[in-house]
Amino acid sequence: MRSKNIVGRIDIWLLIIYLALATIGLLSIYAAAYNEEHPHIYDLSQNYGKQLLFIGVSLVFGFAILLIDAKFFNAFAYVIYGLSIISLLLVLVVGSKISGSTSWIQLGPISFQPSELAKFGTALALAHYLGKLDTDITQLKTKLTTFGLVLLPMLLVLAQGDAGSASVFIVFLLVIYREGLGGKLLIIGLSAATLFIVSLCVSKWYIMISLVIIFALLLLIINRTKKNILILIGILIAACAFVFSVDFAFNHVLKQHQRTRINIILGKEHDIKGVGYNLNQSMIAIGSGGFSGKGYLNGTMTKYNFVPEQHTDFIFCTVGEELGFVGSFFLIVLYLALVLRIIHLAERQRSAFSRIYGYGIACIFFFHFAINIGMTIGLVPVIGIPLPFLSYGGSSLLMFSMMLFVFLKQDANRMNIL
Amino acid sequence: MIKNKINYSHRKYVIGSIFILVAVILITKLFIIQIVKDSYKQSSDNNTLRYITQYPSRGKIYDRNGKLLVYNEAVYDLMIIPSQARNIDTAAFCKLLNISNEVYNNNLKKAKKYSNITPSIFISQITKEEYGRIAEVLYHYPGFYFQTRSIRQYPMPIAAHTLGSIGEVTKPEMERDSYYNLGDYIGKSGIEKYYETELRGKKGIKITVVDVHNREKERFMNGEYDTLPVPGKDIILGLDAELQAYGEYLMAGKTGSIVAIEPTTGQILAMVSSPTYDPNELVGRTRGMRYNELLNDPDKPLINRAISGTYPPGSTFKMINGLISLQSGVITVNTAYPCSGPNSVPIKCTHYHNSPVRLYDAIENSCNPYFWQAFQDMMNSKRFGSQHEGFKFWYDNVTSFGLGRSFNSDIPFTVSGNIPKMEYYDKVYRGVWNAMTVRSLSIGQGEILVTPLQLANVAAAIGNEGYFYEPHYIKNFGAPNDSVSFEKHVINIKQKHFQDVKKGMQNVFEGEHGTARMSKIPDITVGGKTGTAENPHGPDHSIFMGFAPVGNPQIAIAVVVENAGFGSTWAAPIASLMIEKYIKGEVMRPNIEKRVLTLNQTEE
Repeated sequence: MRSKNIVGRIDIWLLIIYLALATIGLLSIYAAAYNEEHPHIYDLSQNYGKQLLFIGVSLVFGFAILLIDAKFFNAFAYVIYGLSIISLLLVLVVGSKISGSTSWIQLGPISFQPSELAKFGTALALAHYLGKLDTDITQLKTKLTTFGLVLLPMLLVLAQGDAGSASVFIVFLLVIYREGLGGKLLIIGLSAATLFIVSLCVSKWYIMISLVIIFALLLLIINRTKKNILILIGILIAACAFVFSVDFAFNHVLKQHQRTRINIILGKEHDIKGVGYNLNQSMIAIGSGGFSGKGYLNGTMTKYNFVPEQHTDFIFCTVGEELGFVGSFFLIVLYLALVLRIIHLAERQRSAFSRIYGYGIACIFFFHFAINIGMTIGLVPVIGIPLPFLSYGGSSLLMFSMMLFVFLKQDANRMNIL
Repeated sequence: MIKNKINYSHRKYVIGSIFILVAVILITKLFIIQIVKDSYKQSSDNNTLRYITQYPSRGKIYDRNGKLLVYNEAVYDLMIIPSQARNIDTAAFCKLLNISNEVYNNNLKKAKKYSNITPSIFISQITKEEYGRIAEVLYHYPGFYFQTRSIRQYPMPIAAHTLGSIGEVTKPEMERDSYYNLGDYIGKSGIEKYYETELRGKKGIKITVVDVHNREKERFMNGEYDTLPVPGKDIILGLDAELQAYGEYLMAGKTGSIVAIEPTTGQILAMVSSPTYDPNELVGRTRGMRYNELLNDPDKPLINRAISGTYPPGSTFKMINGLISLQSGVITVNTAYPCSGPNSVPIKCTHYHNSPVRLYDAIENSCNPYFWQAFQDMMNSKRFGSQHEGFKFWYDNVTSFGLGRSFNSDIPFTVSGNIPKMEYYDKVYRGVWNAMTVRSLSIGQGEILVTPLQLANVAAAIGNEGYFYEPHYIKNFGAPNDSVSFEKHVINIKQKHFQDVKKGMQNVFEGEHGTARMSKIPDITVGGKTGTAENPHGPDHSIFMGFAPVGNPQIAIAVVVENAGFGSTWAAPIASLMIEKYIKGEVMRPNIEKRVLTLNQTEE
């Protein structure tokens, strides 16, 4: 039954979803930047022409990966991780500034974002480390190493001033959870992350009052033994202390320009091209799409350039406006299919490395699409991270594609592992 | 495979559920904003936003006495956003604007090429009258609107070269500085160019909501995202408008230039380059056409001869040579050299005077043999060891007067002129040369070239008895807190020598044989030197440099009249009239003024 040809063994559904997403991206960029003077989609002077080129390049890289030995990425996981850490350090020294954060390295005509490579590297390193036979997640040393692997690139990305990309690393919690991290830790981690963001957005006194009310309600529900009450009060105090320390760190440790940047990211401050404006315009564009949209290339908001950054982080606006609820629904289902398919395939892997890596990239894709779409419709603060396979940009498209193709290769090769 | 490890595969359901839950939340929110609420739909209909650039008023320019030199006047630019300009009745529109269909198509194409969605100028600088007529019916033409701009106006038609002009930005200029958009104005020359960032201020933006009928309805978000323009800084120049106007009046019809400097500060009091033009000509819609006319004019009125014309300084250079010889210790004021008049070798004298001659008389009579012999003795002096060392001493001192280099100040494009270097002579004469070889230098001829600005600066340095400030236009900014400063240069020659040379220069006006005795001004002591510069381009240039009053100079001046002959005939009287005008405020010697005005080189 098994095909000898590598192409015949790759998961066709994943490939189809990938190609569908890339195509939707290209068409959306074409619509966002539609210019009567340059009607050809392959016009390289325009963003859509370049994106078409990027897709081509990504496919070439993708197929090259399929030809590499499957063990390569496991064996070289730390090397790639190390390279990504070095490039993150390098960008702090020689990086060029694009919209406020020094996160790009310029290599002649090519500019590339090391944080994209770092996501890939971290997924590989995590899979390699946790996939080793002697790794036991219940041990403290293992836990610390695991978190260290994730925190190192995360903090380096944060140091570039790119809080959006740094936040992506939070999603690795889900991967570690799948590999045996206590459920409590997951809940604590997620709660801490939520509380962290909330305490930057809302006055600490409101949070404190809300916390007290929540705990009071919990007190009514739970079995009021002395031990439970004490635990609850302990958690409440810890939570309040956490909120206070975040507040303190924000107001006293960070410098003014860093505060401003965070405030802008969180939508608390805006300038003329600020996020508050973007969000408002983006919601109007998506909202005006209605049930079935205004029709491809007929979006008025899109066309008049009312949504800044539309071909990159706000590409979803084009889909929302021109294809309406139907198109948006279809796109979200497509993304859901992508990540669910990946975890389904991950579970059938014989090698722990392949499984963990699969979870790694599924979580990265998931976080990106959920946060990106969430921000365009006002669900989460505006964090500048791209929509995988759709947003304009060679660096992110190439990295997302490589992440996927490495997994496709692992999956195609799964039967060769004893 | 997995030994001693708990199987956590059931957790895929937890993770899968989280994925699905989040997707459901996204879809729910989309359902709400896309289907349930229709406020967004209405917003989008009314949400054609228009970003109107609020241009700041460009800084005004005043002269040293507060006289207005440059101000702004409102004009209107018709803007276009190509993507919104649909269903235009082209014929009616062209008739309204009084343009041909061809112009319409060209402008539209140009705008589209720049950007389909950001506004660009369709027709620039529409007058107030036309504006009223067009604005009334403009709502018929979506995608078009008016933007107020200002153009420069000049109450006095003077100082065109100094003030410079503004014009539309070019593509390279836009690439260099992202502040500019297509159709913006930028300083192209003179003060307008050098002080561009100070003068331009900062653009603001006004966002208005425009309905489907191309009518501006309201401020977007009550102006929350608007920014106010910041007006540009005013500039006060060291220029004296009256003096400048008088200089241009005197130079009318002549080719050449006048530069007057306030010696104690280095500020330019007047800078005349003739022929010149009225700065009002390079304003408005006709700028491009008029500019090309001026560019192709054989008299080259666009060239600022005061800073880019280079001339042999001739006898005016003798002051520097005298100072250097004094400083070297080879001569004193009492050293006397013989002069055989026209029979002198190797350089003859063109003036008749007693022999032997001392420094004061040599300056007064502009005696070539004196300066040649002083120069030769300095070069050959034992104290330098070799003629090369002697030449080096000469070169270092000459260049310390600001010669042979361009100035580092707000005067753009100053030319460096030429002071020949030792290496140059080594190359030309294959290393074998001496004072005799380069004798022309002793009388300011040969390879030496200076600009009128450099010459005026030398006059200032001598007047100041040994120092000068890098010459510059600006006095200060209109805003009180912004001070300006320019480098002070001290010349390494004893003040006493300067005083001696100044005495000789005073004799040029007051002595019995003084070459400028005809240009003497009652009640004002003037020190100066005439020059008659031989040059390969035709008749001699008439040159003068000097300062007044001698004791405490308020003005240093250089005058060059090209191919006009003797320095004493034209340059000296012109300079004396300028000095009189500046110090007394009026000219009491109508005969001299009348005579000077008789020279009209353009009628030849």
